[in-house]
Amino acid sequence: MEYLFYTLAAVALISGALVVFQTHPLRSALWLIVNFFAVAGLYLLAHAEFIAAIQIIVYAGAIMVLFLFVIMLLNLRQPEEELARPRLGLKIAGITLAVISAVLLGMGFAKVVIKPVTEMPVGLGNTESVARLLFTDYLLPFEVTSVLLLVAIVGSVVLAKAKLR
Amino acid sequence: MVVPVNYYLGLSLALFTLGAIGVLIRRNILIILMCIEMMLNAVNLAFIGFADAFKAVDGQIFVFFVMTVAAAEVAVGLALVIAIYRNRATVYVDDLNILKW
Repeated sequence: MEYLFYTLAAVALISGALVVFQTHPLRSALWLIVNFFAVAGLYLLAHAEFIAAIQIIVYAGAIMVLFLFVIMLLNLRQPEEELARPRLGLKIAGITLAVISAVLLGMGFAKVVIKPVTEMPVGLGNTESVARLLFTDYLLPFEVTSVLLLVAIVGSVVLAKAKLR
Repeated sequence: MVVPVNYYLGLSLALFTLGAIGVLIRRNILIILMCIEMMLNAVNLAFIGFADAFKAVDGQIFVFFVMTVAAAEVAVGLALVIAIYRNRATVYVDDLNILKW
């Protein structure tokens, strides 16, 4: 089963790199879908079946459709953005900064010793256990989430309406 | 569990770094939004790894909430992109310098 993890991790990393270094946003979006599917596979490996299904439905389905829709709405006739820009120094500085902070964080993570729980509870990660926790301990955040979604709906409708006054 | 939780953390860190690099070096606002999605995904992966290590469902609940916030953020963000494009006819962030001092 380990090689499955390595394969999915490689797919996720390669498609993630392709998202960043594509010139056209449409291709980035398509590679991002591949990335989401690989991450969903990793969720499955970690016994999070419900979250994996939600990942595919919400991320790879709804969010990416929204992205593709907006890209095709806006960007059809724009010239492709070229990667070789005069501000190459700034880009190299950005990449270096990100990589250095990642290496430092990774050195911290490598020192972390986590004693994993070995006994397997019944039905970890299936819809029933997630729902039981969601509607008991996390009921208030769940209801607040619905308010957040309402705000997002109203906000996006107002913002995308005819004229921004 | 298939692999130790440190592997999940490392992969999550790598994905987050990729997303951060994308946010830092790209000019297209749509690609920047996608990279933010990728960073949120990396954080979700760390949550799931820990949930698997501790055999607790709480981490998965948090992933659920992160996904909800990400969906709301994308909806509002793309509406903003459309509004900006309508006003300025650009999707490149260095053309949006009206707040620059």
